[in-house]
Amino acid sequence: MSAEQIVFEAPEIMIDRPTHYCPGCHHGIAHRLVGEVLTEMGLVDDTLCVGSIGCSVFIYNYLNVDAVEAPHGRAPAVATGLKRARKDKFVFTYQGDGDLASIGMAEIIHAANRGERISVVFVNNTVYGMTGGQMAPTTLIGQKTTTCPGGRCADREGSPIRMSEIIGGLGGTAYCERASLDSVKNIRRAKKAIRKAFEVQQQGIGFGFVELLSGCPTNWRMDAVAANKRITEEMIPYFPLGVYKDVTAEGGCECSESKEDK
Amino acid sequence: MADNKRIFIKGNEAISRGAMAAGLKCYFGYPITPQNDIPEFLSTELPAAGGEFVQAESEVASANMLLGAAAGGARAMTTSSSPGVSLMQEAISYLAGSELPAVIVNINRGGPGLGDIGSSQGDYFQSTRGGGHGDYRTIVLAPGTCQEGYDMMIEAFDLAFKYRNPVLVLGDAIVGQMKEPVTPWVPEKINNYGAEDWCLSGAKGRDKRLLKSLFLEDGALASQNIHLQEKYAALQAEARADVFACDDAELVVVAFGSIGRIVKSSIRRLRAEGHKVGLVRPLTLYPFPANVLEDLAKQGKKFLTIEHNCGQMVEDVRLSVRKYGDSDFHGHMPGNLPGSDDFVEPILARLGR
Ligand SMILES: Cc1ncc(C[n+]2csc(CCOP(=O)(O)OP(=O)(O)O)c2C)c(N)n1
Ligand code: SF4
Repeated sequence: MSAEQIVFEAPEIMIDRPTHYCPGCHHGIAHRLVGEVLTEMGLVDDTLCVGSIGCSVFIYNYLNVDAVEAPHGRAPAVATGLKRARKDKFVFTYQGDGDLASIGMAEIIHAANRGERISVVFVNNTVYGMTGGQMAPTTLIGQKTTTCPGGRCADREGSPIRMSEIIGGLGGTAYCERASLDSVKNIRRAKKAIRKAFEVQQQGIGFGFVELLSGCPTNWRMDAVAANKRITEEMIPYFPLGVYKDVTAEGGCECSESKEDK
Repeated sequence: MADNKRIFIKGNEAISRGAMAAGLKCYFGYPITPQNDIPEFLSTELPAAGGEFVQAESEVASANMLLGAAAGGARAMTTSSSPGVSLMQEAISYLAGSELPAVIVNINRGGPGLGDIGSSQGDYFQSTRGGGHGDYRTIVLAPGTCQEGYDMMIEAFDLAFKYRNPVLVLGDAIVGQMKEPVTPWVPEKINNYGAEDWCLSGAKGRDKRLLKSLFLEDGALASQNIHLQEKYAALQAEARADVFACDDAELVVVAFGSIGRIVKSSIRRLRAEGHKVGLVRPLTLYPFPANVLEDLAKQGKKFLTIEHNCGQMVEDVRLSVRKYGDSDFHGHMPGNLPGSDDFVEPILARLGR
């Protein structure tokens, strides 16, 4: 045996297989954070996952939990039905920005507003990954995609939608935070955000939402390092990180950028 | 709740009570006329019985909530009327593809488009042909009386779980809105046909379960479709029809649901006048009772299909009798409410040929 030592192991909930994601894609990191949080919270045996459409449709191949696949955008409705049928289980959805902010806009708003006891992991990479890089509701102004080849123009295509700001403003939301996967520090913070969004479901308080700013190096036509840089320099200024609602915090709702980020 | 005493109620209430007798646990719906009595009734009665009632933001959402509850193994249902059922087709296709049991009630109104809120049988094609994308079928039951509305809900849940397939109950505004005496009853035992062995309940002490309709590996979708088609073929055993006065009939009228019942009154009158007419009223629209019709066709009988639409079930009747004969068609236009008088002339005309 070599002198190498394992200092870091994957949580047991993660199935030991290579992911299908492109090099530098953040879906893999997001899956892992979800897996770690579920493990640490002791939820592995009681978790029901609602998969959606997009590059992450195969999340059920990587997590050792019961899962159902939802039609494009409808995961919050499927999760509503599942949670109502299985109130004692932990139910979460995992959705991309095309899925959640475009076709599934109604489902996410109303599930949050009803305060469904579910948690949503929202991966915002400003583009439709799986279908080949078309414009998403979150595509930044000036960003080129295959369906806005000249760059998104507010006049023509509207402005990028900020989901955490919207979800944070709804009555049934118990926790809402935007985090980012562009740096080690932000990844650590993202894990805490996921945990908080999961805890409010466990406590029966309300709807939990966590947005993760993520990279899609393939459709952004950049390497992984440049993609991380783009998140830091272009995405975060438009999509400020922070807690948009936390009913567990003293003084109730907090809707400003987190102080730690300054 | 149901103590076997006859009660005088609307068809929509009979459907709601039948669903509860069948063990309904989760209801999801969105208002649309003429089925609003169902969510209104269940919004108080179901939570009182320990179940879940959600008024969804749309029919798209209701049908997807249904998908989620079905994945959890619950007896779940949604109800709507024509434009709403169109919105549910995406989820119904996913339910069929993922082999999940669910009950969907359509209180059919006039179409196409916004149509009207009156009775119609215009959704026959949508119900029996799939309606959504892909090669799938839903089991379709067609109540013609309030009592059948009640009874068929119990049957619908049973079939849904037996075959792990969505079941559609296709009523119409007449069945939904009329009031009749109904005798409620509760099944002795509710059989979920081993749903505990496939539903999502947390992977404690066992392998994880996955309910999905995406099959990308080479040949995987083909195998799933072969499996589904075998299931649909086996369903033929469940085909049922109400056969009335057909033994010596020269002409057999085929009509379903509330129209079948109105036609029955026309036939009673014609029989009293000595005319040799009978009725086949399909109770299951999918699987279609083709054997019943084929047997009658073999005996040389003539056929007339009567529907409250522009001609839909008549295609199934023709397919059933094609080796021995054909069927004429009389369509009562949606937008007009028929009475038993309306069918006498068309039946006599066909008899006289
Ligand atoms: C009803 C429907 N419309 C369109 C599609 C095609 N489709 C698959 S994935 C996708 C976009 C997904 O983008 P996003 O949610 O941003 O996820 P990503 O792939 O970027 O992770 C679309 C439009 C579909 N599956 N269903
Ligand atoms: S296309 Fe984009 S989102 Fe999809 S796996 Fe590749 S990098 Fe990730």
